[in-house]
Amino acid sequence: MAKVLMKGNEAIGEAAIRAGCKNYFAYPITPQSEVAEYLAKRLPEVGGVFLQGESEVAVGYMIFGAAGCGERVMTTSSSPGISLMSEALSYIAAAQCPAVFVNIMRGGPGLGGILPSQGDYFQAVKGGGHGDYHLLVFAPDGVQEAVEMTMNAFTLAEKYRGPVMILGDGMIGQMMEPVEFPDHLKSEPSNKDSWATSGMDKRKSDKRNLVRSLFLDPTELNQNNLTLKAKYDRMKKEEILYEGYNTDSEYKVLIVSYGTMSRVCKTAIDMMKEEGIEVGLLRPKTLFPFPEEAVFTAATKESCKAVISIEMSMGQMVEDVERCVKGQRKVDFYGECGGDIPTPEKIVEIIKGLL
Amino acid sequence: MQTEIKFAGFGGQGILLSAKLLAYAAMKQGFFVAWVPSYGPEMRGGTAYCTVVIGDKRIGSPIIKNPSHLVAMNRPSLEKFAADVKPGGVILINSSLIPTRSNRTDITELIVPANDSAIKVGSVKCANIIALSAFAAKAKVVDMDILRHCVMDEFSAKPKIIPLNMKAFDEGVDIANKN
Repeated sequence: MAKVLMKGNEAIGEAAIRAGCKNYFAYPITPQSEVAEYLAKRLPEVGGVFLQGESEVAVGYMIFGAAGCGERVMTTSSSPGISLMSEALSYIAAAQCPAVFVNIMRGGPGLGGILPSQGDYFQAVKGGGHGDYHLLVFAPDGVQEAVEMTMNAFTLAEKYRGPVMILGDGMIGQMMEPVEFPDHLKSEPSNKDSWATSGMDKRKSDKRNLVRSLFLDPTELNQNNLTLKAKYDRMKKEEILYEGYNTDSEYKVLIVSYGTMSRVCKTAIDMMKEEGIEVGLLRPKTLFPFPEEAVFTAATKESCKAVISIEMSMGQMVEDVERCVKGQRKVDFYGECGGDIPTPEKIVEIIKGLL
Repeated sequence: MQTEIKFAGFGGQGILLSAKLLAYAAMKQGFFVAWVPSYGPEMRGGTAYCTVVIGDKRIGSPIIKNPSHLVAMNRPSLEKFAADVKPGGVILINSSLIPTRSNRTDITELIVPANDSAIKVGSVKCANIIALSAFAAKAKVVDMDILRHCVMDEFSAKPKIIPLNMKAFDEGVDIANKN
């Protein structure tokens, strides 16, 4: 298929359809409303259902309901909306239901602003909702990657029977780039007969399936948490994705950055290379599971004297970077938030200050 | 090699569409492109602007402080962005709405009465197409035949207005050639 020029938000909507998602529930919020607008039009054309909930709280549980029935389902929102969905996310994780959540981050806390931000790293990676659960979190750096990760998210949500999040930002949602929709990323829906409340008649079974997150028996609850923990351990073995940029060079500084911010860092790295200054970039493409070993290995390369995490936040991923570097190098941080994305020139200035 | 073009004007002047058509043409020509809109509350009534980045390798930072060229459709846009344009670039000034000039000698000024020409062609609504084709013809950032096709494609759902927009396109090229 030829490339088309699409906004990130619309492309995420189309990717969901290509991945076989027939259910999408959402509540509008800038900067992701185009996903809802796009799917409101497109889903009925493919026999799917678009429903606008009365709030993000309701949407979270509509997702839970559809996922519990074994349907491919997605929602999209932006930061404050994801906060409202976080309770449902915890329930969905506990009840082991596959679902795809997209957060096109805007500035926070509170209502914040509508411009791009990466202030929801902690929320996405460390919880958001209560209890011992994790989301598998993808961090695309552009429209094409947002498409591929969205399509893949449905496959992985079913592989792990749990919620998967695409953590984008306003820039990725609003920007147009050429995209294609790789057919091979569409997976056959998994067999959900053993657990989904899809109807005993439909699955010709006399066994009643139960989707729940309440386990009053401590042994049973402990077992459910161990089951979840085993999934997260498996994700750490099988799903980590990252990219190295200029990491073959004898770089003196290693930048760790993701999403839109990492693209600005790449331009800064190119600018410094022209001046003869080598800087490397390690870009996590999954934030959970985090590329722990890759960060450690890249940070402890002999030529590397300093590590810096650069984010559109006040310093969130930097805590994971510090954890992975294990005190072997000094870990610095630079971040801006509020919507003004740091320029490549600013990044060059910051890096030169470390040399 | 990378070229960045900033389109700026009032919300409703078709700024985002002009920019999209240019990005579309560059994509068809095989370039890497990014179309980066401003989406602040300024879109409603204030200044709307949008940057198209065209490159022969994957676009790094989509945030551009100093674009190669500027298409200024109203006075606040010219005043706000003229100083940012890299030396050697083209600044298109919509002289129907902008009585001033860029006050720069290290760039090429392209004076286009986009609104007046559009009214002459048939509708003020196609001022953005006149500006687009005039700019593209002057700055030579994309193949003009491909761009013309992209404009035609854009209006394929409304075939009635294709002739008007084609006329506008040709008028813009004409103005650029005489400038």
